[in-house]
Amino acid sequence: MSDTEKHVLLEVKGLTMDFGGLRAVDSIDLSVSEGEIAALIGPNGAGKTTFFNCVTGIYTPTSGDILIHPKGKPTRRVNGKKPNIVTSLGMARTFQNIRLFPDMTVLENVMIGRHCRTRTGLTGAILRGAAARKEEQQIVESSYQLLEQVGLAEFANEYSKNLPYGAQRRLEIARAMATEPFLLLLDEPAAGMNPQETDDLDALICRIRDEVKIAILLIEHDMKLVMNISDNIHVMEYGKKIADGTPLEIKDNPKVIEAYLGEEVDA
Amino acid sequence: MKNLKQSLAVSLWFIFLTFPLMVIKVNTTDQFVQWRWMNMLWVGLTIFVLSFVWRYALNRKEARQMAAMSGQDDQDKPSKIQVLFENQALRTKLLFGLLAFALVFPWVFDTYQSTIMISALIYVVLGLGLNITVGLAGLLDLGYVAFFAVGAYAYALLNYHFGLGFWTILPVGGILSCLFGVILGFPILRLRGDYLAIVTLGFGMIIKVVLENWSAFSFGPSGIANIDKPGLFGLDMDIAASTTYIYYIMIGLVILTIVVTGRLKHSRIGRAWIALREDEIACVAMGIDIARTKLSAYALGAFWAGMVGVMFAAKTTFINPASFTFMESAIILSIVVLGGMGSILGVIIGAMILILMPEYLRAFSEYRMIIFGAAMVLMMIFRPQGIISNIRQKYEFKGLKEKTDNV
Amino acid sequence: MEYFIELFLSGLTRGSIYALIALGYTMVYGIIQLINFAHGEIYMIGAFVAYIVCGVMTIYGFHGVSVLIIAGMLAIIYSCAYGYTLEKVAYRPLRGAPRLSPLISAIGMSIFLQNYVLLAQTSDFLPFPALIPDFEFMEPVAHIIGSAELVILITTLVTMILLTLLIKYTKIGKAMRATQQDMSMARLVGINVDQVISVTFIIGSALAAIGGVLVASYIGQVNFYIGFLAGVKAFTAAVLGGIGSVPGAVIGGLVLGLTESFAAGYISSDYEDVFAFGLLVLILILRPSGIMGRTTKQKV
Ligand SMILES: Nc1ncnc2c1ncn2[C@@H]1O[C@H](COP(=O)(O)OP(=O)(O)O)[C@@H](O)[C@H]1O
Ligand SMILES: [Mg+2]
Repeated sequence: MSDTEKHVLLEVKGLTMDFGGLRAVDSIDLSVSEGEIAALIGPNGAGKTTFFNCVTGIYTPTSGDILIHPKGKPTRRVNGKKPNIVTSLGMARTFQNIRLFPDMTVLENVMIGRHCRTRTGLTGAILRGAAARKEEQQIVESSYQLLEQVGLAEFANEYSKNLPYGAQRRLEIARAMATEPFLLLLDEPAAGMNPQETDDLDALICRIRDEVKIAILLIEHDMKLVMNISDNIHVMEYGKKIADGTPLEIKDNPKVIEAYLGEEVDA
Repeated sequence: MKNLKQSLAVSLWFIFLTFPLMVIKVNTTDQFVQWRWMNMLWVGLTIFVLSFVWRYALNRKEARQMAAMSGQDDQDKPSKIQVLFENQALRTKLLFGLLAFALVFPWVFDTYQSTIMISALIYVVLGLGLNITVGLAGLLDLGYVAFFAVGAYAYALLNYHFGLGFWTILPVGGILSCLFGVILGFPILRLRGDYLAIVTLGFGMIIKVVLENWSAFSFGPSGIANIDKPGLFGLDMDIAASTTYIYYIMIGLVILTIVVTGRLKHSRIGRAWIALREDEIACVAMGIDIARTKLSAYALGAFWAGMVGVMFAAKTTFINPASFTFMESAIILSIVVLGGMGSILGVIIGAMILILMPEYLRAFSEYRMIIFGAAMVLMMIFRPQGIISNIRQKYEFKGLKEKTDNV
Repeated sequence: MEYFIELFLSGLTRGSIYALIALGYTMVYGIIQLINFAHGEIYMIGAFVAYIVCGVMTIYGFHGVSVLIIAGMLAIIYSCAYGYTLEKVAYRPLRGAPRLSPLISAIGMSIFLQNYVLLAQTSDFLPFPALIPDFEFMEPVAHIIGSAELVILITTLVTMILLTLLIKYTKIGKAMRATQQDMSMARLVGINVDQVISVTFIIGSALAAIGGVLVASYIGQVNFYIGFLAGVKAFTAAVLGGIGSVPGAVIGGLVLGLTESFAAGYISSDYEDVFAFGLLVLILILRPSGIMGRTTKQKV
């Protein structure tokens, strides 16, 4: 792979996160480039979700640098920036334990994602002038289109809590996409899905990268999915990164096999 | 049989529980104990019956939850009133009917009835205001009455010292309350939800203490009297006319509140409020500025309380700190909770029931607070969505070209 | 200087009562993350039951320490029964409901219990007999600290030591701590969580009843409304100390009591409550986890 000329979007250097005495993330280096699908794998409790939480501003990391280089915009260091700032700078995420807005409709969930890209304020909302109405219309349209992309358009007016599990995960992806990110962070998107749904997800993620042009960093336990779609894989254990490389390299890395994958890779 | 035994045990337990308070009454001055054995019988019988109802209701609730889990969900089925309201033509007719009734009301009924209706309307506005903070944004504000007091005292004091009139102060009172909300909200809105509840409760109490003790400013517990009623081109009005006039102002204010909160609810900001209520972390992760969203909900809720506070002072022409107790906050909160958090129609119905019922059923008014309290508990357990649940807007799509259907 | 000591001791007395009630808030919050708004009403019911028992016994010709002991015991028993029932009726059906629901239910319960006592008894302030006699040996220092204050301080101290021992060394205490750390984990290792919650409510109620009886006897009156303000103050104390932390509740109670006492003594007694809440807001802004609380990050 000739990644050298690829534009790096996210660059994490020496990221460390402590909880009291526990070092959940231990000087991790990681970068994601344009057009890349990167995977972060490792056993449960390795610190993957915590890594996401640091990158997206939910936690302030103990030390290290999180730099973003959005195309055509200046580089920013986002350590300790609030999550909403990180999102508006162009990194959006989903959650391992689904966190939808249960009493809002499916469409409204996605419309929330549009919030940081729209501007109607109090007066606009109260007076409902032409500009406000137009913007509202656009929010509805673009949200609906996103629902079509993830295959949930028919459920637009359902309450999100009534969706089946797999659909809820896809809705989270649509909601994150609505914030117009350059990088999408997916935390175990295939968890709880059946093989058919996982295959659909596989296709969806590739489509997002190729057609919508969003780079992706995903945490996943489903090895088939990871091996299929990832350009690069990073392996974590006990907070440390123990390996990275292409799926082929990872598959044959003795450290990884020993630490985590075992026979699964051969299967 | 098992049920019977269980109910018997429960009722015996409650007889034991209520024994000292319900049965015994000590009169220390005359050194004499009154034993009210009848009460014991009543408690036993009531609890016996109630325990059956309770068990039945709990079972039903569980069954419903199971059904919801297995996909056959009837929980979110709109109630009959909602179905009625979703029918466009019928809704328009209904609304016009209601409006007509509201407009002729003071001519059909006497001044006393109008006065009561004005109180109810004041609570409608208070309920709708608090509905923004609690119902939509999920910020439990237990000191809401403080903003009501700000509005009322703003009018009373400005009127007393500078002779400013009602119409000038109406917006000023709202804006002042709003400012109060912002200043207060700034430090405390970062707090976790339940801490917020306690701090706002404290704030409500502080305002009352200050009003009672800072006599130089607020005239202390004796309050302020002879506040001007709203004027109409300097016309001289007798009590009846002036009541009717205030009644119409209130109707106007209610309509304004309904329109504004209705529009807000289905706007970008309203959605952010609801998202905040549903899941704060997901909300902030979707790029919403939590602090700003909370502040706007808090301040906007305060705005209505301030406006209607001005109205209150103008209507009663006399105010003192006793009108602004925690009980008031609790009543407004129960209006929102019982009516249906987030639901505009629900809050209006809730206010009407809660305020008018004790007025017309005098016998009931003594039991008003105990019923409110019990109703809050029961509602939370058996019908958390309130009388009228909050329905979200539905959008229609024809392929990709869609038209939005607004409320 | 004497004035200072007097204020200090009265602040300590007041603070130890706050601490007693605050413990109930903190223990319940530690386990189910609920502000038990009706806790102040449990305290009030304790005081009221004691009042009724005292009244009946006095009228039927009993006097002295036996009245104090029986009234105290019955107050504790009844408060515990109410606390237990309260949890079963108003909170247990709401396990797993959105966070606002049990909180609103608690507020409803608080209103309900207040008005229940109001309707069943009276809205008047009732004179509460001084159950604690004036000890002779206290005579020389009586102008600084009264016998009642001494009894309050000692009772509180003993109660707290007992509570600490209970939490530290008994089986139920260990179960409580485990449940507080991680409820689902505790359930997995076979702890009966429902039972632990019930016991927590019962212990908290017992402490509140002790506080209720002591205060009523100290101040000399009871009323259906006394629980509300005491409850709010005690909750403030719990938050001050760091909610969920038992030593925190004690420290928070003392800090609050002393603050109020000095503020009332040196500045103005009219604004006592304002100082209390001012302190609360200040602490919450500067150190939201309280004096003893640990800063934990919410798991996402
Ligand atoms: N908020 C927190 N407070 C304390 N410890 C935490 C917190 N979040 C995660 N941890 C700990 O950090 C470690 C890594 O957790 P996590 O990032 O969720 O792992 P993974 O997502 O790889 O399964 C675990 O030991 C977990 O218990
Ligand atoms: Mg994880």
